Amino acid sequence: MTNAPITILGAGVVGLCVATELTARGVPVQLCETAPEPGPQACSWWAGGMLAPFCEGETAEEPVVRLGQQAPHWWCTQGVQVVHNGSLVVTLGRDKRELARFARRTHGHQSLTGDEIAALEPDLEGRFNTALHFKDEAHITPRTALATLWDRLRENGVQISDSAPQDGRVIDCRGLAAQDTLKDLRGVKGEMVILRSADVSLHRPVRLLHPRFPLYVVPRGDGVFMLGATQIESGERTRPTVRSLLELLSAAYALHPAFGEAELLEIGTDARPAFADNLPRIRRRGQTIYVNGLFRHGFLLAPAMALQVADLICEGRKPEMMDEDHGEW
Amino acid sequence: MAEFYGTQVSSRLMLGTAQYPSPAILADAFRQSGAGIATVSVRREAGGDQAGADFWGLIKDLGVHVLPNTAGCHSAREAVTTAHMARELFDTDWIKLEVIGHTDTLQPDPFALVEAAKILCADGFKVFPYTTEDLILADRLLEAGCEVLMPWGAPIGSGLGLSNIYGLRTMRAQFPDVPMVVDAGLGLPSQAAAAMELGFDAVLLNTAVAKAGDPAAMARGFAQAVDAGRLAFEADPMEPRDMAAPSTPVIGKAFLT
Repeated sequence: MTNAPITILGAGVVGLCVATELTARGVPVQLCETAPEPGPQACSWWAGGMLAPFCEGETAEEPVVRLGQQAPHWWCTQGVQVVHNGSLVVTLGRDKRELARFARRTHGHQSLTGDEIAALEPDLEGRFNTALHFKDEAHITPRTALATLWDRLRENGVQISDSAPQDGRVIDCRGLAAQDTLKDLRGVKGEMVILRSADVSLHRPVRLLHPRFPLYVVPRGDGVFMLGATQIESGERTRPTVRSLLELLSAAYALHPAFGEAELLEIGTDARPAFADNLPRIRRRGQTIYVNGLFRHGFLLAPAMALQVADLICEGRKPEMMDEDHGEW
Repeated sequence: MAEFYGTQVSSRLMLGTAQYPSPAILADAFRQSGAGIATVSVRREAGGDQAGADFWGLIKDLGVHVLPNTAGCHSAREAVTTAHMARELFDTDWIKLEVIGHTDTLQPDPFALVEAAKILCADGFKVFPYTTEDLILADRLLEAGCEVLMPWGAPIGSGLGLSNIYGLRTMRAQFPDVPMVVDAGLGLPSQAAAAMELGFDAVLLNTAVAKAGDPAAMARGFAQAVDAGRLAFEADPMEPRDMAAPSTPVIGKAFLT
């Protein structure tokens, strides 16, 4: 092992987490990113920022639930504000049975009555007479988190530039762009909306069960809410559709009619990188380690993936999520 | 073996490809089900520049017949455009024609359905129309050139099973030689078996498998139910009767037992 810095390609949530963890362990790194700051070039810019491993367990495989539990502590350690308010899951009258199904397939929740819901979220008083509360879940504000990691890396002397060296060891965290070499990577399109409403106040993410995709509202503070997210089998990174927005906005309206008067601040669209089982992977080929396929779990799983990559590099421990090792590291 | 438009298919179970937790679980469900036909929607996934190509590649890799559908279309024109796109994408002239007329029940729009079926059949498509159990509508679809009918069991995604058995039985009797598939509304294998016992040629479902806690196991359950129902139909079941009919003789038994 030489002392030349390892090049990390891509400063989305994965690249930044890997760079941060390696730097913390004294491994010299440099970050290669074409953009001058965190922004919409990375799909993590559009993320919800829910650290909700138990809710995700409804459809995600077991490693997501287990590894995701490492996320809140890791983010706290990096100086990112983590809100430990849990999450709420509710359903509209016609989809009532969905809540029972969701409860059966997840754990770490308790049922709430209408009064208990109102005690947690006064603005939802009288709107739902039952909900699931996942009290150990948390959420963060993704853009702030990305900026925090970025700034701290710079403060620690990590070089961030748009030029990649021609040789040497590389950790490829380019997300969907790595499709050029990771042929089994696919894009899953997501659309989201950012709203501002002075009339509604929420303290934790609220999920509204929906037969086709999970809809959630994440409070960002100052009356700003993130509303997400569609999940469409398409690698398209642009073109939010009317139908998707209708579905997202009707869900917000159904959650609280005051959202009808909310200001539409932003509409975001991108494609998440995913493998066939929607689980992340670490692969080593020659001088390059690939970390990819975090799907809709970027902020939830990037810490665990960063820890596994750092364990591999610093201690030679084979990562749980590694499915290919043809390394000459 | 079931036959649709001259193509023989070994399994009488058709599966949809939407709403699975992941493509890997979808593939596993197909393996466990032995399904011979996969329906796939193209409308929403299309976008520009073949954006859905990765997912469609996974569907093609399942090694089954692909039946693209026009799910999400609300007019004949939309459905016709989507069918053309599907023909290009999957290199097949099969199309499951779905024209939704009512957003809450996802009930087909019978008028637009016939209109679209006429256009597509004339254009060389092999149309599998998603229809109700209405006999007149069935007649019109056959006149339009459809050689397969797909009556609903119950509204899409409802899992209610066969909500109009009388209608389905009548339809089967009315068109004994037309291949017919009960499409939509099935939630349990027993409901699929009931459809097969009525003499339908196949069943098509999606949500019941995709949204099950263990989709692969549910797929296997449906496959077995479809086989059981078909066997029962072919075996010419007994007629039900009100009175008991002992399976062993009563007269002549030794009376001191």
